[in-house]
Amino acid sequence: MPAKPNFPALELKNFYFSYQGPTAFSLQLPDLQLEVGQHLFIRGASGSGKTTLLNLLSGIHPLSRGEIRIHGALFQPQKAARRDLMRARDIGVVFQQLNLISYLSVLDNVLLAAEFAGSRAAATIQRAQMLLTALGLEAALWRQSAVNLSVGQQQRVAIARALLNEPALLIADEPTSALDADNRDAFIRLMLSEANRCGTTVLFVSHDAQLARYFQWQLRMDKLADGIQPLAAARQTEDSLCC
Amino acid sequence: MLLKLARQSLWHRRGTVLMTLLSLTISIALLLGIDHLRLEAKRSFTSTVSGTDLIVGARSGQLNLLLYSVFRLGNATNNISYQHYQQLSSHPQVAWAIPMALGDSHRGFRVIGTNGDYFRYFRYGQQQSLSFAKGEAFSTVYQVVLGATVAEKLGYQLGDQIILSHGVGAVSFTQHKDQPFAVVGILAATGTPVDQSVHVSLESIEAIHLGWQGGAPGFGKKPKLNDTQLQQLEPKVLTAFMLGLKSKVATFAIQRQINEFKAEPLTAILPGAALAELWQMLAMVENMLLLVTLLVLIAALIGMVTTLLAAMKERQREMAILRAVGARPWQLFCLIQLEVFCISLASIGSALLLLCGSLAVLQPLLSSSYGLVISWLPWHGHTAALLAALLALALLLGAIPSYLTYRQSLAQGLTVRL
Repeated sequence: MPAKPNFPALELKNFYFSYQGPTAFSLQLPDLQLEVGQHLFIRGASGSGKTTLLNLLSGIHPLSRGEIRIHGALFQPQKAARRDLMRARDIGVVFQQLNLISYLSVLDNVLLAAEFAGSRAAATIQRAQMLLTALGLEAALWRQSAVNLSVGQQQRVAIARALLNEPALLIADEPTSALDADNRDAFIRLMLSEANRCGTTVLFVSHDAQLARYFQWQLRMDKLADGIQPLAAARQTEDSLCC
Repeated sequence: MLLKLARQSLWHRRGTVLMTLLSLTISIALLLGIDHLRLEAKRSFTSTVSGTDLIVGARSGQLNLLLYSVFRLGNATNNISYQHYQQLSSHPQVAWAIPMALGDSHRGFRVIGTNGDYFRYFRYGQQQSLSFAKGEAFSTVYQVVLGATVAEKLGYQLGDQIILSHGVGAVSFTQHKDQPFAVVGILAATGTPVDQSVHVSLESIEAIHLGWQGGAPGFGKKPKLNDTQLQQLEPKVLTAFMLGLKSKVATFAIQRQINEFKAEPLTAILPGAALAELWQMLAMVENMLLLVTLLVLIAALIGMVTTLLAAMKERQREMAILRAVGARPWQLFCLIQLEVFCISLASIGSALLLLCGSLAVLQPLLSSSYGLVISWLPWHGHTAALLAALLALALLLGAIPSYLTYRQSLAQGLTVRL
């Protein structure tokens, strides 16, 4: 695991967001900290505010009040340009599906993350190739167009892209919803294993309670006031994934 | 990075992009083509005659006189007396005079009866004089000097024999078959109606019309003349003549004198003023054409914007991915603008190529059919500015989808649901 600063991976203080529109909405979280390598399962039904939470945690939308720190560095409130740069460098995102830009090759899709973080170099390309190999995507696929891959392969490319910059956080937005049960389990194991290797903290969003078993901590959207809760049952599984 | 993304994105959507590019290419080629034709036609037009102070013909409008005397188009309302031509050309203020007798043709090309002064004094373009590509000027009757286009199109060489026809149509039923002319000279190309003219001496015009009555061959026996007699033939009438004056200051005074000439109703025109008036008439058509082309171009640009807008829905996910990997909203704005820029630039490039190719192919046809010598390179002083303005307009219109992408990326963030 690469050396990380001696700060929590994610730190929320006085987290509050409100939207004053036709459908007024507010989101408030108690203060919380996630240490490096701690993975959080965010569980909630549709319409519970998961999407808004993701946009806030990834710095797309500004907080109304409060602070978000990543490895001790202030992420919110910050100017949009700074948030964009920090997102490129410190946060990886894996979507539910269609994670890849169809007209780019597999390798170019992965390297996108480095481009916007301003770190494209020979070493980055090597690292991208190493990640792809580790995720079971052989070299013959790297130059292929992303559309030629299966859904499972595409999701693995998405993980490679999300972890390329060795980010502090990996935000996964229901990435297993398009996978069958076997592939889903394999995918989560692979993702957590690679995240552990990179020292990345995973925020995994899903409505599927069954997946909670892979995580140490849980945040329920219907019980936000409770903050993050330990998932004792998962600890053994998590430990087994640790490198 | 953005350039690579734009390039690959355009390649990915190459079907629709190609159609957009095609429509823009045609529109830009039309715009540049019309602009080029307008300027080249104007250049060719205004350089048709230069250094001539007055053109004199039978009483008529100045445009009619200009058309038949300079452009060899249409017919004179009447002939003018050769005697009066001699009288006026011997005016102390007149430096030189070029007589012109029109009315015959050779395979659609106008025949002009004149004298050696035509080759000595006639000027076109920037005071350029006529020069011979081959041979020399006629020195006796039944000799002909061909314009460059006539020789090229009909494949004539020095020494070839040609037959003149009476009248100016492409097909004539009255030919001077018994009096063939020998080609003794071929003029170098001038890009003016001179290239499409067949030049013979005034004596030759008289010789082929010997025995004619009322513009038709007479029924009596045609008189046989020896060479000396032929050389001594003196024309009775002319169609027009050009005058060069010793002093430009005298131009208006001489013009008035000719216009008030008691012995015969004559019209003297200033070629520059008449050319400007004629061009002014054509300018209205030219402006209309430009306007229509501009509208076609705007329609094509709107088409491009529509294509980009239509693609936006399917590109929402792409934008979300780019945002997720750290792309800033203004970078997404630039990405779309870059695509607009690439399409527009490619269209401009293809339009220029298309136009150069078309002009290179059409050049001989335009030259032979319309007397327009058009450069194959559609580039003028203002072309760069015109293309820059076009590019700016494309980017301005392209800002609509770009701005919508920017707004959408701010509002939707990472959460596009398909």
